[in-house]
Amino acid sequence: MPPYRPRQAFGKSVSMHLPSSYILRNLWTRKLTTLLTALGMALVVFVFATVLMLSKGLEQTLVATGSPDNVIVIRHSAETEIQSIIDREQAAIIASLPDTAYSLAGIPLLSKELVVLMVLPKKDQGKPSNVTVRGISATGLTLRPQVRLTQGRMFHPGAREIIVGNKIAQNFANASIGKKLRLGLGEWTITGIFDAGKTGFSSEVWGDVEQLMQAFRRNDYSSIIFKLAATATFAQAKKQIENDQRLTVEAKRESRFYAEQSEMMSRFLKILGLSLSAIFSIGAMIGAMITMYASVANRTAEIGTLRAIGFPRSSILQAFLWEALALSLLGGIVGLAIASFMQLLTVSTMNWQTFSELAFTFTLTPTIAWQALLFSLLMGLVGGFLPAIRAARMNIVDALRAA
Amino acid sequence: MRYLLLLIIRNAFRQKLRTVLTMVGIIVATVAFGLLRTAVEAWYAGADAASATRLITRNAISLVFPLPLSYQNKIQQIKGVAATSYSSWFGGVYISEKNFFPQFAIEPRSYLKLYPEYLLSPQEERDFFRDRQGAIAGKKLAQKYGWKVGDIIPIRGTIYPGDWNFILRGIYKGTSERIDETLFLFHWEYLNERLKQTGAERANHVGAYVVGIEQASQAAQISQAIDGLFANSLAETLTETEKAFQLGFVAMTEVIVTIIEVVSFVILIIILAVMANTMAMSARERKREYATLKALGFPGSFIALLITGESVVIALVGGLFGLLLLYPAADSFASKMGTFFPVFRVTPETAWLAMGIALVVGLAAAAIPAWRGATISATAGFRQIG
Repeated sequence: MPPYRPRQAFGKSVSMHLPSSYILRNLWTRKLTTLLTALGMALVVFVFATVLMLSKGLEQTLVATGSPDNVIVIRHSAETEIQSIIDREQAAIIASLPDTAYSLAGIPLLSKELVVLMVLPKKDQGKPSNVTVRGISATGLTLRPQVRLTQGRMFHPGAREIIVGNKIAQNFANASIGKKLRLGLGEWTITGIFDAGKTGFSSEVWGDVEQLMQAFRRNDYSSIIFKLAATATFAQAKKQIENDQRLTVEAKRESRFYAEQSEMMSRFLKILGLSLSAIFSIGAMIGAMITMYASVANRTAEIGTLRAIGFPRSSILQAFLWEALALSLLGGIVGLAIASFMQLLTVSTMNWQTFSELAFTFTLTPTIAWQALLFSLLMGLVGGFLPAIRAARMNIVDALRAA
Repeated sequence: MRYLLLLIIRNAFRQKLRTVLTMVGIIVATVAFGLLRTAVEAWYAGADAASATRLITRNAISLVFPLPLSYQNKIQQIKGVAATSYSSWFGGVYISEKNFFPQFAIEPRSYLKLYPEYLLSPQEERDFFRDRQGAIAGKKLAQKYGWKVGDIIPIRGTIYPGDWNFILRGIYKGTSERIDETLFLFHWEYLNERLKQTGAERANHVGAYVVGIEQASQAAQISQAIDGLFANSLAETLTETEKAFQLGFVAMTEVIVTIIEVVSFVILIIILAVMANTMAMSARERKREYATLKALGFPGSFIALLITGESVVIALVGGLFGLLLLYPAADSFASKMGTFFPVFRVTPETAWLAMGIALVVGLAAAAIPAWRGATISATAGFRQIG
């Protein structure tokens, strides 16, 4: 075999490209084969896109939960609010610090909160799941502008009343307005349902902090959340809190705190998904390779004819590469289309870092769409490369004889 | 018959490159399928290793809330209860957050009696009982971090703040491969003393009670008796069998298991598509041969047999190679994941299932081409080109 030399890769004389209709018709001729190969690729792209959408949805939910102007204070070396304990004395010291913002009425925007887990049965099959119960101060709602009451009313402070997030109302049994939930030793009436958009708060139950502390017989808060008077003063506030000898706490921006809570899960999902995609793509690339090799073998005489007419090797190479790319693009588009329907689903699972229930959705972003299509084209390129080389290197005389 | 088999095998390897590529595809699929199924089994490992004669009693609100130490004597007095012990989840950090492994504070003597599947040498057991700062670790865990008996292991508390130093007094082995060898167990007394000093309310409380019962059939009855004992108290309890307790954790992360199962199914469809594609091509190329056979008087069923046989041969050979690769792949995966999956091994069921699937894929992939080959008329076959 003579070595492969394109006559002139880029030059005026080589304007002889094979028309795209020729390429597409070749795919059309063997419909079953094209369909099977594209299906294999579509499934790989589907898995690839779905996993990215899942971990994106998880990240977005938790990143959106915190706001950058809020500071969350938890006990030093506690990783989650559940593990944190801040006694009343320390809470009072934190509340007296100067960096807190004030509402128009002159009330400091600071909420002393209690966070505990409670087991509730899910609607489907009644399986138990850990739900976050959060006791908030009167300003707790003001600190979180993304949370809106959609049904019913706010709980009255000092009463055994609670409000629940919309994801809790959807997924759990007995979680509608007027129903009672058993917490501690008493019955608590649900007075309202709140919508916190795509944030983690949608999977929580809120009540009055002092009432809940009594019910659970706890004398300590879990965390303190306050709004900064100015965003830029965070470093200063953090220093003041963490250098105070009387305090054993650490301060974080709320947005960062929640982003950290999703790290483990989203890393796990990414690693799992990408390694699966990598393994699957081998299968799909082999499928593309088989198809393209057969396509070359079937058209040996055709290739010889094209070469005899005067098409250079490079055009043949290009034609076959384009064919493989068109095949994989078809697979990519189909896979992405199926994956886009996953956005209708809500996943609710336990976040390992906090051990609590969290509901989030598959989120398709333009970036993920591009990544998925590029991934499919890459599969087509790898799968089509060797067969295209084989086609381009054919000897004219031998190829014509094959007919 | 001998010649028929020879013809099928010869046919299978006529297009060497294509057959090899298809087999590689099947090998990859077999390995991936086997790993995924093993991962799902690993998810349930804790529940599978659970004993039917052990109950877990925890706070009814959730595991986060402790139970008073005083409950132990009351539980012990219930008819049918053989032994009781307790443990508290410690949840500390060893060097960095990445090194996750379960740590429990336990009452050593009663706990190890209830869990005979954790084997310690008599010497190690004695040393562990005597030293309040002592701890024992599972074999896999000790191997992962290179711990030896006598080492000091520093752990930073998250739920119980401060720096804690434990002295490794023993390394336990599981009685079977299904036993979790990644646990870290130490004296509850050591934890409690520190809590008493700081005057925390949490002193003299435990995370959960382990209740050994005399007969497995009494589980439901005794569970109700225990929960009835503490109804309407400050800390109500929820008692269930150890298996149900473990399955509760699995249920919370069921979504992940579902995802893995769906993905296993997807991989089968992908490989079926690749395989069917190969067979469709082979059949297309050999139309003239089939027409020749027909003209010679062979029935359509013979041609279908040729095509199906070829497909099954390729699938089974690929499946066998895949199975041979699965075991080393699982071992390397398990060592990479470290303590994330305490138990990770390929079961015989998985191996049989993988081969069964290879056979089904071989049969299914040949279905359309075989039917086409069987029904084509001799004249039409000769007319075809390419």
